[in-house]
Amino acid sequence: MKFPFKVNNKSKDLELLPNETLLHVLRNNDFTEVKCGCNEGECGSCTVLLDGKPVNSCQVLAMSVQEKEITTVKGIGTLYTPHFLQKSFVEAGADQCGFCSPGMVLASYSLLKENPKPTRKEILTALDGNLCRCTGYVKIVDAVEMTAQKLQTNNLEME
Amino acid sequence: MFKYVNQPIEKIDGLALVTGEEKYTDDFSFNNMLYVSVLHSGYAYAKIIDIDDSEARTMHGVVEILSYKNVNRILYTTAGQGYPEPSPYDTLLFGKTMRFVGDNVCAVAAESKEIADEALKKIKVTYKELKPILNLEKSEGSSIIIHKDDGAFPKIPVFYDAKKNIASKVEANVGDFDSAFKKSSRKIELDFYCSYGSHCAIEPHASVSYLDVRGRLVIISTTQVPFHVRRIVSHVAEIPVSKIRVIKPRLGGGFGGKQEILLEPIVALMTWRTKRPAKLVYSRREVFKSTRCRHEYQTKVSVGYEADGKINALHLDALENAGGYGSHALTVLANAGSKTLPLLNKIENLRFTGMGVYTNLPVGGAYRGYGATESYPAYAQAIDMVCEDCGLDIVEYYKKWCIKSGETSAIFQALGEGKEGVAMTIGSTSLVECLDEGAKLSDWYEKRKLYGPNSDFNKGKRLKRGIGMVAMMQGSAIPEIDMASAYIKMNDDGSFNLNVGATDLGTGSDTVLAQIASEVLDTPVESFIVYSSDTDFTPFDTGAYASSTTYLSGQAVRKCVEEIKKQILKVGAEMLSLSVDEVELNDSRVTAKENIKEEVSFADICQYSLYQKNQFQIQATASHISPKSPPPFAVHFIEIEVDTFTGIIKVLNYTATVDCGTPINPVTAEGQVEGAIVNGLSYALFENYYFSPHGKMLNDTFGKYGVYTAFDIPPMKVKLIKSYEETGPYGAKSISEININGALPGIANAFYNATGKRLHSGPFAPEYVLKVLSEK
Repeated sequence: MKFPFKVNNKSKDLELLPNETLLHVLRNNDFTEVKCGCNEGECGSCTVLLDGKPVNSCQVLAMSVQEKEITTVKGIGTLYTPHFLQKSFVEAGADQCGFCSPGMVLASYSLLKENPKPTRKEILTALDGNLCRCTGYVKIVDAVEMTAQKLQTNNLEME
Repeated sequence: MFKYVNQPIEKIDGLALVTGEEKYTDDFSFNNMLYVSVLHSGYAYAKIIDIDDSEARTMHGVVEILSYKNVNRILYTTAGQGYPEPSPYDTLLFGKTMRFVGDNVCAVAAESKEIADEALKKIKVTYKELKPILNLEKSEGSSIIIHKDDGAFPKIPVFYDAKKNIASKVEANVGDFDSAFKKSSRKIELDFYCSYGSHCAIEPHASVSYLDVRGRLVIISTTQVPFHVRRIVSHVAEIPVSKIRVIKPRLGGGFGGKQEILLEPIVALMTWRTKRPAKLVYSRREVFKSTRCRHEYQTKVSVGYEADGKINALHLDALENAGGYGSHALTVLANAGSKTLPLLNKIENLRFTGMGVYTNLPVGGAYRGYGATESYPAYAQAIDMVCEDCGLDIVEYYKKWCIKSGETSAIFQALGEGKEGVAMTIGSTSLVECLDEGAKLSDWYEKRKLYGPNSDFNKGKRLKRGIGMVAMMQGSAIPEIDMASAYIKMNDDGSFNLNVGATDLGTGSDTVLAQIASEVLDTPVESFIVYSSDTDFTPFDTGAYASSTTYLSGQAVRKCVEEIKKQILKVGAEMLSLSVDEVELNDSRVTAKENIKEEVSFADICQYSLYQKNQFQIQATASHISPKSPPPFAVHFIEIEVDTFTGIIKVLNYTATVDCGTPINPVTAEGQVEGAIVNGLSYALFENYYFSPHGKMLNDTFGKYGVYTAFDIPPMKVKLIKSYEETGPYGAKSISEININGALPGIANAFYNATGKRLHSGPFAPEYVLKVLSEK
């Protein structure tokens, strides 16, 4: 069955079964940038934004969010037009295996959009739902701070 | 000075990773693909009397079922190690005996994952339950025999006694421990227990396979060891090596957990039999229960010493729980000794005894740290106790007694990986500088003065503070065993294909290897198109383990590029009508030494060599093995606060100084240190396997298992202190493993500094800490 959804600012008909989670529906429809680390809402790898708010897509029934704006990491920026937040992740060395990166980028994006000048503690709190086993989180936090700095220095807004 | 090496160059795959463009194993799907589910044993120890899959086979959408009934009985080891493997051949892909909760019963391939899962429920398995061994101390010589008459055997000539449940045994003696211990005026003994641990790479294990247009089997897999996968799948699935291609795409972390051949033979057989693509992705719970983990260890250190702190004799004894199968049981055990005992090399009488025993608990395997994580808590606490007893500063003590450049330890030769080790003299070390600098960065001396169990600061207080430290060594590759190789060819525009068997599991080794190549050729990193880990298109490499990639694969790349350099200089000289001695490399050009303006670009050189005169492909290949395994060194200083009411240990500051030789990429090297420290902290304070009385792991989710999150990390100071390792590429040694080993002993020593009590069992969870605090 196909149903219309709004993903990354485009309407798209997604093939799905009514009982499927948003994570599986997205992955089955080629949005493989949304990763599955546990399927139990505990690791944050499957984070997407629903109307701008981060959620674990493995805990959301796809059919319940048909009316919402869904944003995956590619909705923030792509390989060809990367967001400066994504560039900061690479610059800071926050990208080791990269499996948690899509979720981390979206969690950071959502934080900076609401709070462009977060303290280190606020960053740590905002990323608390996203597990990373490679970096020890240090360089991810650095990347978020670096982005906040870019926002201030260049008088930018997150978009 | 270096231009590309020792520079913080951004990872070549970085942008593709953070934009979600890179593909991991589960991101590959194929038309007509089958989905595989595996039925795992719910019993710790049982015989299968019968499997009745008749109902499942008639289900709509079920295509194939594999079990002992239709898969040949071929013993192997799941350990992805060099051949012949030092781990015993004691495992069957599908056997009739279940040896731990999580062992393979059978597997179903179906048109969808849902059908495959549903089919598992329809398979009727009749078990005969057996009494299991669920305690590592009760295994040796038990009347319950875990590998009884199943033909299990060691592939190499080593001690192995399945009748006594002994999977591995190691002993090494230097000098005469017994008499030196006896004669010593002071003696201490300390035991330490290390819990099970899971790697928790965020990407779960997955494999996808298909047949290519010529009927060859292609396996895409989450593996650290693609060449070992090819060899072992060939053995287990009875498919010739020539018919198998293994590809490692991006990997979502490994830490040793993906050095095991577990899923690949299952999808391989499914595809080989059905001629259809097949995919198997483990759930997180399956990863916890059914894959491999850190071995459980009981260690004991005995030290005989004098009042001035001189240690006469030291004995490290280790009892290892191999679990149901002996994967890495021998080599992890040997490393428990070989990565600790040489550190204080002036101790004349050393003894290492170790035994790995089978139990009916989850199977151990390779895990970052590889034995050293398990042995340092006892070893380093014992050194702390000696210093405490003799009134010596432990930093000065390590400086005095630690191994120095030009020195050796008899342990290097006495303890190898399944055979004798390799004698080695230390070349590079900045350990003494690491000790000094770490003490400075952590305010060691001020804080040691301030804290202490009887200090004004701590006496009578609920919250007590302490600072502890630990010095460590590891290795870089397995000497005279591990081999790496590289292939390079030059393209028309002056770019290069760099093909390496080395496996980037998220560490950034693709980038690091390109940096090494850049340095040789004086051309930017972007000039290298790096392709790694594909058994058809890259030359052999043992894989990403034993802290080997930068040191070993890096040197293979360097050798290979040196060859390319010769060819480029030769063509360049010919084009400039000069001799080879009269030209040099200069920023992607060949220039005349006398006159830099006489130049030809790399692009012109390649076009000349391909199209114009004396044509040939500028290309080279090189292999490298190492005659030694130069240790990286690290010193960790940890400051903690113990809440004596709740038992919670809070880490206030973590300082690490590290000698990895030349850090090829200081940012990714720092990332290795920080990641390992946090993994070590998580293991030291939270992580454990909790079992039911029947041997079933109860906390098999991230939430219940307790992985550190961003919110848990303490303030950290990491400093890389260079040395120059002559045998490594541009002076590099390894860095990936060593820093996971510091948290347990460092916190334990800090705990003593705060409370005057010794910790004997990890993790240092509140209930255990309270128990220790309440002891008289």
